[in-house]
Amino acid sequence: MDKPTSTSDQGKLRFGRYVRMFIGIVIGVFLVWRLYDVLVVEHKFGADTWVRFGLSGLILGGMYALIAIGYTLVYGIMFMINFAHGEVMMLGAFGGFFVFEALRFIPAPTLADPKLNFLDAHPIFSVFLAFAVGISISATAGYFLEKIAYRPLRKAPRLILLITAIGASIFLQNLAMLLFGPQRKNVVNPDLLDRGAGWTITVSGNPVLISYTGVFSLVLSAVLMIGLYILVQRTKLGRAMRSVAQDKNTASLMGVDVDDVISKTFIISGSLAGAAGVMWGIHMGLVNHYTGFLPGIKAFTAAVMGGIGNIPGAMLGGMVLGIIEATGPAALGIDFQLKDVIAFSILVLVLILRPSGILGEKLSEEKL
Amino acid sequence: MLKVENLQVYYGAIHALQGVSFHLEQGEIVALIGANGAGKSTVLNTVSGILRPREGSVAFEGQAIHETPPQDIVRKGIIHVPEGRKIFSRMTVTENLEMGAYTNNDRAAINRDMEAVFARFSRLRERRDQLGGTLSGGEQQMLAIGRGLMAHPKLLLLDEPSMGLSPILVEQIFDIIQDINEQGTSILLVEQNAQMALAIADRAYVLETGNIVMQGTGDDLLKDPKVIAAYLGGH
Repeated sequence: MDKPTSTSDQGKLRFGRYVRMFIGIVIGVFLVWRLYDVLVVEHKFGADTWVRFGLSGLILGGMYALIAIGYTLVYGIMFMINFAHGEVMMLGAFGGFFVFEALRFIPAPTLADPKLNFLDAHPIFSVFLAFAVGISISATAGYFLEKIAYRPLRKAPRLILLITAIGASIFLQNLAMLLFGPQRKNVVNPDLLDRGAGWTITVSGNPVLISYTGVFSLVLSAVLMIGLYILVQRTKLGRAMRSVAQDKNTASLMGVDVDDVISKTFIISGSLAGAAGVMWGIHMGLVNHYTGFLPGIKAFTAAVMGGIGNIPGAMLGGMVLGIIEATGPAALGIDFQLKDVIAFSILVLVLILRPSGILGEKLSEEKL
Repeated sequence: MLKVENLQVYYGAIHALQGVSFHLEQGEIVALIGANGAGKSTVLNTVSGILRPREGSVAFEGQAIHETPPQDIVRKGIIHVPEGRKIFSRMTVTENLEMGAYTNNDRAAINRDMEAVFARFSRLRERRDQLGGTLSGGEQQMLAIGRGLMAHPKLLLLDEPSMGLSPILVEQIFDIIQDINEQGTSILLVEQNAQMALAIADRAYVLETGNIVMQGTGDDLLKDPKVIAAYLGGH
């Protein structure tokens, strides 16, 4: 970093800091006022509603976190924002959808139920297969995305990579639209994971449904995140990934094949996005070529919020963003349609107030 | 063992090495000395495969390696301890050493090698769970050398191991280098501290603006009036 030399530069820096502080205070006061208004004065929602919002936030957050990890892993290793990452997730969602569709039309009649299909007869296997296929598709997509679109640009300026990523995103979206058609497709789950089914708990006298799909998604997200953390912290591949993220030349002097590690990073990111995509289909129930776009950008927001390049940050950012998005409109007393606005306001605010994110650290010199 | 011939290396338009030739025999310590910017590190970076020569060749044990990628050169037994130590600052000491043993898949052997490094550098054992970035300069240099030893080098390339260290530490590091050499590892040493380097080197080359301008045994160069004037603070 260049240190500011002239006094006018210092003046500008100080001015910038005051402006940021001012913006922060204004927003803080506004938020406190709105929260006070909604929670204490108007008291619009009961505890049961908040529990419901919180739950859906957690579930959404788990999926955001999985996708955000992909942004952060790739950024950590290549210093690029892989804007096509949401599309990788969308391809995974289609993978899961098609597995369910195919299995639904395979008859598996029993004496008790002659109309039974394979999907309902073997729901656990079906879900497992959906994830296996979805993850494989996304992992493959991630691998070839890097190999075809990004690898030839390894030594190009980063802006070019960014534009390429946006191009790849548009390409994959349109490819999916041409292949699968633009209409939304209903994901038909096995009966076991019916979207209306779940446990019912009572909060302040009202029933709150904890859906099976939600619990399933959240648990699976947590398991995958723990798995990823172990992979990165405890395995040889994880060490190689961290070494490449810190210093590519020195990593290669240790015998690490940097290209190979980058490929594997894209495969891992793709796999997590694929899992999130299949979950998205199972929990949300709708899939089309546009499915990956918003979750992709929101997961990017989550990754920036947690501190881009930082894996626990991406996990935390994803969960926090999910919860804010789910509870925000109610807490601020605004229209629920505005939840996307809240998510992107957060992106802007983080970039203004704390560009390094919650857990972010300064970029070390060897990284730049 | 190592034979470098007519090495021509460019950084963009800058002609950094203008036909450097030298050789190193099994068991030797060969020093490359010279001023800042003479091209000493460039030589090492080219031998270890980080830089590609535009012309010339590098042969190790009779095989040309100047087009081999660095990760494969490591597997041939050339280990480069880079300038500025280049410790992985956000990994622990143990993890750094494990990175050094990256090409080794034998867990038991890695543990044995790590014990050997800890036996040589007891400070590292004390700090085994500390992050590399929190170590002092001397400890980092020890870690960098220890990390290099984890790969069982046949040839160790050392780039400015004395940089930024106190005189006592410099003595220690050079003792260690000699000891490593006595145990059978050949060493190509790049140093600005010509006095120390020539004292332990079997042979040495003097590099000036991308050319080798002098060569000889360490002792001869130590007594050479031109070397004394240019690199040894001249009396």
